Amino acid sequence: MASVSRGLAAPSWSLRLPPAVRWVYDYLLYPIGQMLVFIIGAAVVLTLLAYLLAALVPEPRPNIILADQISRQLPGMIISGISIGFVYAMIALGYTLVYGVLKFINFAHSEIFMVGSVVGFEIMRRIADSGTLQQWNPVVLIVTVVLVSMLVSGLLAVLIERIAYRPLRGAPRLVPLISAIGISFFLIDFVRATEAITRNDFNLRYPTDQLPWLTQSVALQFGTTTVNVKPTSFIVVGGAVLTLLALNYFVNGTKLGRGIRAVAQDQTTAALMGINVNFMISLTFFVGGAFGGAAGSLFGMNVGTVTPYVGFIPGIKAFTAAVLGGIGNITGALLGGLTLGLVEAFLNGVLVYFPALGQRYTDIFAFSVLILILIFRPSGLLGERVDEKV
Amino acid sequence: MATVTSAAQQPIRALRNWAARPAVATALILLYLAVVLLVLRGLDRRHLWFPTFSTLAFPAFVLSPFIVMSAPISRRLKTILIGGLILIAMPLVGIYDTSYLELAIQICIFTGLALGLNIVVGFAGLLDLGYIAFFAVGAYLWAMFTSQAPTVINISGLLVPAWTFPIFLIIGVGIAAVTGILLGLPVLRLRGDYLAIVTLGFGEMIRVLARNLDQPINFTNGAQGLHNVSPPPIPEIWTSFTSSTANLMGISLANVTPVAQQLLFYFVGVLIVAIVVVVARRLDDSPIGRAWTAIREDEVAAIAMGVPLVKMKLLAFAAGASFAGAIGVLYAAKQTFVSPESFSLIQSISILAMVIVGGLGGIRGVMLGAAVVTLLNLQVLKNMSLQLNALRQMDFVIFGFHVQNWPTQLEPAKYERLVFGLLLIIMMIFRPTGILPEPRRRIELQHDDVVTDEDDVSPAPGPMVGAN
Repeated sequence: MASVSRGLAAPSWSLRLPPAVRWVYDYLLYPIGQMLVFIIGAAVVLTLLAYLLAALVPEPRPNIILADQISRQLPGMIISGISIGFVYAMIALGYTLVYGVLKFINFAHSEIFMVGSVVGFEIMRRIADSGTLQQWNPVVLIVTVVLVSMLVSGLLAVLIERIAYRPLRGAPRLVPLISAIGISFFLIDFVRATEAITRNDFNLRYPTDQLPWLTQSVALQFGTTTVNVKPTSFIVVGGAVLTLLALNYFVNGTKLGRGIRAVAQDQTTAALMGINVNFMISLTFFVGGAFGGAAGSLFGMNVGTVTPYVGFIPGIKAFTAAVLGGIGNITGALLGGLTLGLVEAFLNGVLVYFPALGQRYTDIFAFSVLILILIFRPSGLLGERVDEKV
Repeated sequence: MATVTSAAQQPIRALRNWAARPAVATALILLYLAVVLLVLRGLDRRHLWFPTFSTLAFPAFVLSPFIVMSAPISRRLKTILIGGLILIAMPLVGIYDTSYLELAIQICIFTGLALGLNIVVGFAGLLDLGYIAFFAVGAYLWAMFTSQAPTVINISGLLVPAWTFPIFLIIGVGIAAVTGILLGLPVLRLRGDYLAIVTLGFGEMIRVLARNLDQPINFTNGAQGLHNVSPPPIPEIWTSFTSSTANLMGISLANVTPVAQQLLFYFVGVLIVAIVVVVARRLDDSPIGRAWTAIREDEVAAIAMGVPLVKMKLLAFAAGASFAGAIGVLYAAKQTFVSPESFSLIQSISILAMVIVGGLGGIRGVMLGAAVVTLLNLQVLKNMSLQLNALRQMDFVIFGFHVQNWPTQLEPAKYERLVFGLLLIIMMIFRPTGILPEPRRRIELQHDDVVTDEDDVSPAPGPMVGAN
């Protein structure tokens, strides 16, 4: 059974509740609770692992007590892990949605993410160039930037599907994969060329320096330790939670979402039931692409500078997250993204104290995780059958 | 059945029949070769349009063996012509202008790599997006043992003398094969998309390792790369042979050593490619090749028929990797500089593009693909940039457009991804079998119903559809 249908959906006993309560429960409380459970669960497990490491190697460098360092950094690591984890989760959703419907890994998704971040830059830059950036209401500005990049990335994903994947449906499996690689490479240089012509530079700096409310760190007090958090982290988390709730409602609460679930389960039967399969596939690409675009613009605001090459690493990590959670499974993408984000933040925090390793190997670690999962649990944490159909 | 031929087609058909006669074909081919060689001889570097002319003439020369190969002439004549082109004409052209020799060596390197990747992807159907890693292993093997960079091997005096180059070619084969098996073992259960991503991750891991292994112990000199790598020593007789050949052609070489060295690399490259071609062809026709085909077409059926899956998959990875290892050693010796950035994903993709463009699974097709894509990347795009710069300096005006106004960021040489991307998409949509399709695959793809109809929905899986 294709597990797109399970999504973030609430269990069946909620059917007995009154409709209004049920709506709130199904589409607000349950998914938010699920995210909290994932975050707390992953954070607790990782904290225990970190202290275990501290117990095994109490002093990785002279005069540095690992356990003390971990206690001091713990809130910071968790916060940065959550904010990067939500970005991974949003990109991973694009992989998972398309995989659920077409059983195909959309290799070009990382570039859809990149286009989202570039579109976000273009909007902000244009507003800044017109000199009105400071007059914008922060919420309106962010919502505009995110929505426009969602729209552009979503339409781009639909266009890619129409040009490069639909003519190849039913061809041997390598064929659409290679054409996806082609699209991905083409998009990188196409964006680079466009920016090179219009701006004569392809290092695109978000004009965040003009917005003090976006760059000035907020000091949060956790017991005795103070953590400086960038406001963009809150924006990333908030934006991600809102869009994820919207996705949950869309997939599980609307007729179109039901159509997508039907196509994911069985294309032929869905077509016999009067569902326009091609439309549903396009819609899936739109939704997945829109998520990639939202993640891209939020990521861009967070890091400040983007290039046409920015998509590759987050893309491969988000794919790892999707596989980690169980590809084709929406909840799995969320769990995988948050887990991977937290793992990475913890590694970054802890590896610094080991002179032989250092932070340089965090990227290698993401790949190693991917390979290990695929060896020992190819169906991911929450499971999706990836073994073959005979 | 009456042949329906339009009036316009008749002369074309007559012409084709006429050209298909052996004598005429031989004459036409000799004429073609003569024209190409004369044009190459007559090109002048100082001419404004030199980059454009050179871009037309040299590919025409490189493609000539393939034209000879497909011409309707006797086998013996083909062998003589192709042998002459590769072993005599190309070195002479190279002595005349060493930039062509450089290109020819690169073509040899990439042909070898593409043939190796073809074993993994084309024969066994295992999509490997990290193939460049094996190439990197070979290159770093030679570079680490001969570089003057302050690595641990250099400091502890373990550097090897340059004459060990042939031995290292063989060691490179072995080490890369072991790396191939090491990659193959964990991914045995994976296939299709998953395999692609894991191999991609593996390739990136090797690159990141190469970039970061300068601390705590310096093995690879990190991002700066290994410089001053030793090229193999040139025998005295080879240098004098080169200079006397040049003298015969009426060229006095100011500095004969680099030319002799390049020439030596060229012949080593040709030798390696020849060995690879023979091995690949023999493998394809052997029971091993049949087993690979079986795995490629239907893994479950292959297991049921008693194909030893683990052994065969590992063998495919090892065979493909070993070629890349030997070529990596050659590459490091030729470049005398190795840095992690030479082994990025784009290199893996460009080798894949060679295999796909030429025709997955076929040896001749893959060689053609390698030549075409290498020329595209290293000559056509570069020369377009050169031409643009030449025109810019002249303040050339074309159709009212001042070339000077062309944005400096928009250099064709920097946009190889765009070209590869388009190539891959177009090939997949219009000709997934490649320029010179492998016969068996061509039959397969013709029998696959490729669904393009709007109303038609999810066809039954094709023969190559694997994991679900």
